[in-house]
Amino acid sequence: MNQQQSIISVKDVSMIFNLASERVDNLKEYILKVLKKELMVQEFYALRDVSLEIGRGESVALVGANGSGKSTLLKVIAGVMSPTKGSVSVKGSIAPMIELGAGFDMDLTARENIFLNGAVLGHDRQFMESHFNSIMDFAELWDFVDVPVKNFSSGMVARLGFAIATEIRADILIVDEVLAVGDFRFQEKCKQRMAEMMSGGTTMLFVSHSAEQVRELCQKAVWLEKGRVKMIGDVNEVCDCYEAS
Amino acid sequence: MKKNFFKNALLTLKNYVPLIQELVKRDLKVKYRRSILGYLWSLLNPLLMMCVMSYVFSTIFQSNIPNFPLYLICGQTLWNFFNESTNMAMYSVLQNGSLIRKVYIPKYIFPLSRVLSSFVTMSFSLLAILIVMLFTGAKVYWTILLFWVPLVFLFVFCCGIGLILSALSVYFRDITHLYGVLTLAWMYATPVFYDISILPANVQGTIAWNPMYHYITFFRSLILYGQIPQGSVWLICIVCSLAMLAVGLMVFRKMQRNFILYI
Repeated sequence: MNQQQSIISVKDVSMIFNLASERVDNLKEYILKVLKKELMVQEFYALRDVSLEIGRGESVALVGANGSGKSTLLKVIAGVMSPTKGSVSVKGSIAPMIELGAGFDMDLTARENIFLNGAVLGHDRQFMESHFNSIMDFAELWDFVDVPVKNFSSGMVARLGFAIATEIRADILIVDEVLAVGDFRFQEKCKQRMAEMMSGGTTMLFVSHSAEQVRELCQKAVWLEKGRVKMIGDVNEVCDCYEAS
Repeated sequence: MKKNFFKNALLTLKNYVPLIQELVKRDLKVKYRRSILGYLWSLLNPLLMMCVMSYVFSTIFQSNIPNFPLYLICGQTLWNFFNESTNMAMYSVLQNGSLIRKVYIPKYIFPLSRVLSSFVTMSFSLLAILIVMLFTGAKVYWTILLFWVPLVFLFVFCCGIGLILSALSVYFRDITHLYGVLTLAWMYATPVFYDISILPANVQGTIAWNPMYHYITFFRSLILYGQIPQGSVWLICIVCSLAMLAVGLMVFRKMQRNFILYI
């Protein structure tokens, strides 16, 4: 793939966490540990020298065992975490769906949360007002539009989150295992919308433990193991190897 | 590098105006949700507090400040704004952890929006000052039109403190407990309900180092005494505000990188 077309490029990214055996979040402990020189730095590589190029319009799955660094990689790409080493460049807007509904204020109603969440993604009130109806239509939550979100079931929260994140056509869609919640019919609806977005030129990054979904939705796959890239290639090849391991 | 940060901060600030608006609206909504009188509380609360305190101080402690209720509510309004805004800002990053983990947003938005929403609440309670003026038959000077000047200075000052507190509290939750005690001491060191002239001279000198004293005095001389403060007072207020904001931005910028690992 040539360089011009790549929309996400990840170069030699390493992410190091200091795995303190206990978290120091209080002042006395901190001072004691600094004095005793006990503030141990046990380094843990969540990602190690990961390099990736993703082209415009591609759909890429990240596969790997729990703790292999999939979510960390997504967060680095989304700009939520800054990598310890290496660099990430992203050309385009991102619609992140990492922990759906994480941006909701539980005390506010669905209506208020739509505007809040829209603002978080960088859209003003006017813009959100013009999209309000289609968001509610997609989420099918008209009966609950003025109910505080804390009274929603997790499936309903996921519906609302998905509807907001996909309403605005972003260049890149990041999906982190959000299809696990929601009933079967809604999952189908989500898949359909994702397919629509991709045919419209949206690039997608997808994390799921369901090999079936991965094969269905993605062309390429990246297999991560213990923070390293083990294999990159066609989705079927990578999934076959991953399942065989 | 440093210049870029401030320049970028200003540029991104423009893009995030809608977000700040929504966050401020949210704070206001959540604050009075499910209370019957709602926003009216912003007005009632300072009035009721003023009644209690002026009763206590005029009967028990015998203060001889002319028009004590007005003197008190002026100081109290500014002090409460300072206290509320910095306290709310302190928790702002921690409480918005779920957002910070999800999307990239410039994080200084959070303390800033909290101070701003507190500022909005405070503007409601300015009405309470007018009501007290009306009831006590206080003389109205034209200098009252400048009331917003010390408030803007104080706003900038609170932003600086809020930035520092919000960043520190991510790493050390102790700050949240410690700050309560600190503000209590600070309140007594600020002439909110007493006049500075009753203190011994050396203590007066110490209190001159307290920026809150200057903001409140500035405000009072506009409203109560119809005087525009001297240039030196302006200078002190401006320098305190800008210095605090600069320190706040610097501390915040340094500490924000690893927020996500501690939230």
